[in-house]
Amino acid sequence: MSRTLADLAPDEEATITAVAGSDGLSHRLAELGFTRGATVRFVRTAPLGDPIQVRIRGFELAVRNSEARRVVVG
Amino acid sequence: MSAAPSPLAREASSEHRAADDPFVVAVIGNPNTGKTTLFNALTGLKQRTGNYAGVTVDSAIGNFEVDGDAFLLVDLPGSYSLSPRAPDELVAVRALIGRAAASRPDVVLCILDATNLDRNLYLLSQLLDSGLPVVVALTMVDVAKREGIRVDYRALAANLGAPVVPIHAAKRQGISQLRSALRSQAAAARGAAVRVSFPAEVETAVGELAQRISSAPGPRRDFIALRLLLDVDGFLARELADELPAEAITYAAEARRRLAQQDIAVPGIEIDRRYAWIDSVLEDSLASGDGARFVWTRRIDAIVTHKLWGTLIFLVGMALVFQAIFTWAAPFMDLIDGAFGALGDAVGATLPEGALRSLVVDGVIGGAGAVVVFVPQIAILFALITFMEDSGYLARAAFLMDRVMASFGLSGRSFIPMLSSFACAVPGIMSARVIESRRDRLVTIMIAPLMSCSARLPVYVLFIAAFIPARTVAGFIGLQGLTLFSMYMVGLVVAPLVALLLKRTTLRGPQVPFLMELPPYKVPSWRVVLFRVYDRSLAFVRRAGTIILATAILIWALSYFPRQPEVAARYDALRAGVTSESALVDLDRAEAAEQLRGSFLGRAGIAIEPLVEPLGWDWRIGMATLASFPAREIIIAALGTIYSLGDGQDEGSVELRTTLQAATWPDGRPIYTPAVALSVMVFFALCSQCAATLATMRRETGSWGPPIATFVYMTSLAYVAALLVYQVGSRIGW
Ligand SMILES: Nc1nc2c(ncn2[C@@H]2O[C@H](COP(=O)(O)OP(=O)(O)O)[C@@H](O)[C@H]2O)c(=O)[nH]1
Ligand SMILES: [Mg+2]
Repeated sequence: MSRTLADLAPDEEATITAVAGSDGLSHRLAELGFTRGATVRFVRTAPLGDPIQVRIRGFELAVRNSEARRVVVG
Repeated sequence: MSAAPSPLAREASSEHRAADDPFVVAVIGNPNTGKTTLFNALTGLKQRTGNYAGVTVDSAIGNFEVDGDAFLLVDLPGSYSLSPRAPDELVAVRALIGRAAASRPDVVLCILDATNLDRNLYLLSQLLDSGLPVVVALTMVDVAKREGIRVDYRALAANLGAPVVPIHAAKRQGISQLRSALRSQAAAARGAAVRVSFPAEVETAVGELAQRISSAPGPRRDFIALRLLLDVDGFLARELADELPAEAITYAAEARRRLAQQDIAVPGIEIDRRYAWIDSVLEDSLASGDGARFVWTRRIDAIVTHKLWGTLIFLVGMALVFQAIFTWAAPFMDLIDGAFGALGDAVGATLPEGALRSLVVDGVIGGAGAVVVFVPQIAILFALITFMEDSGYLARAAFLMDRVMASFGLSGRSFIPMLSSFACAVPGIMSARVIESRRDRLVTIMIAPLMSCSARLPVYVLFIAAFIPARTVAGFIGLQGLTLFSMYMVGLVVAPLVALLLKRTTLRGPQVPFLMELPPYKVPSWRVVLFRVYDRSLAFVRRAGTIILATAILIWALSYFPRQPEVAARYDALRAGVTSESALVDLDRAEAAEQLRGSFLGRAGIAIEPLVEPLGWDWRIGMATLASFPAREIIIAALGTIYSLGDGQDEGSVELRTTLQAATWPDGRPIYTPAVALSVMVFFALCSQCAATLATMRRETGSWGPPIATFVYMTSLAYVAALLVYQVGSRIGW
């Protein structure tokens, strides 16, 4: 199993290697800047465990774990 | 918008403009980039702004002039990309190819957030393909400067092949430069010189596809061909069905397949290429220092979205909102109530006894008062919500609440509409506009009226004070308070169940991505807050006012007519025999009660008695409830009249309370037991008794379906729940 954005620890940074899938969600993620080579940071988890706060290309975003699992990191 | 004209006519651009036609400017940008602020600065209009992605949903139109040339500004919904993921995301593309109006826009005004150029340039790069002249307005340059982000405007303009104008719209800086840039670009009518290039295979496929499109050759056709090739879900193909030969659509699908065999994935290739282009554009036009950015936002977030502190702040904040809506608003509401009562008395004194006086005093003034009395709550609610929104907190509240809302199929974005509905469902339903998913928005709109709005409170207060004993249970919990709390919980428990049911049945569909931006915090602007309060209160009075007033007058007519002359004659005779002031008042009230009993409304109450008897109600409660369908708070005045107390009763009236306690069935049993009181309250907690809410639903969804469905489900639910409460409650001795 490859590591995904959802598996990062709080405050951990990683480089995106791929966005899994070829459906609307994977395209939306890519359009927002989750592209191969971009650096993504896992900021923290919401109090109830979902969604998570992440930083990509200088802005912060709330994404659900199910969405973050699409973002494969190296 | 009017129907689209024929495809060929639509190619028309500036060369077909009549000399005095305005230049059309399409305004587009990512959400939360300051589009509305700029729009207002350019046109002098007052659209609402907010530090929350998704605030601009309604498209607005405005005008301005530059050196005698008229410009028409059309606001397109904020979005991150031109690629549609749902049919309603086609709005921008439709406008760019001239299907939303008579012709294509003359120039595109694209707004870029200087602190977020990476992502913002994605949409811009798509716009450059439209072949239309583009002007870039760079917003948030003040923030960028503060954060150490340095943009080389000249290099950026050169790389984009379009003029770049830095602005600060709120301070009106850069606005006149922007106007002249728009004017010269529109007059030149030349499309942007720069385009993102795709691999040769893709360019060839686009060219081939363009040949198969029957409209005139040119930039518009090339743009359609490109978007069509990249449109894997077929939304654009369906939209253009009347203009496209079937051959073109099959060619697009085939080309995508061929490209896939050559290892070129569509639309993945579009995204890769654009971001590669963006990196090259920014390389020499952006210097973003090494220092940490948005330090304050990150510090605040470390507390506000923290597991423990964040939750505490959220809970305390929400408790404060409630406290504010109910406690701070109360004195103002009493004042308004008193003022309308006094106005009614004063006007009543100048009119002769009869139908006109009753219409003006009870129907018109009483009805208007019923609307205006909610304005303090709406104003306070919107002041707080706008404060949270403009500061950036609202996005965090949605972030914290998303998990809870997801458990019944919605997302954090549904939280604000539901919260607002505790004051009044009308603004709650209107604020559902921030929900991108059409299905989630519909579900939210349909469950919002289940939240216990402030019009239900008087009903609870009256019945609890009269019939729920003031003792404590479990040693310290007041039974009355507990009952009130339970009434609020009824809706909170039922709403998620209804949402789940809707999401599993009629509104089923794939889960939509949440993906919500958490914008930097900022100090909220008082101007923005005050304007919003004014604007929303006015909108409420206008929307709710007309409908509540109209239905209040209707209910008045149904309860006033037909007059029974024999009753009046009988009471006149009785009055002749008494002299004491109080005896006369009693006679007047008894006559009013008898007239009401014989009115259309009274007869309807008697007719439905068999229907409400299983709920433990007599015809009087049935009638008062019928009268409350347009607006639930009417029940208090209706009960006051039917029990011969006059209609000036409010929920705190001791007279009304003791009268209800003394009311009996013909056999002497008291009508109101705690079980009956609870059955009435539960009915009011769940029933759809608000014409203004239904009218707002119709307006916001554009169809009568949702309001009708809501009315039916809520009313049936209310009946069944009241039945259960009474049948069970009366058996266990309540
Ligand atoms: N500092 C700063 N704030 C701005 C600027 N333009 C807009 N804002 C603020 O940014 C937020 C979003 O603005 P709005 O016009 O609603 O953005 P929209 O969602 O794109 O329509 C609001 O709080 C505005 O007051 C700007 O140039 N500088
Ligand atoms: Mg806006």
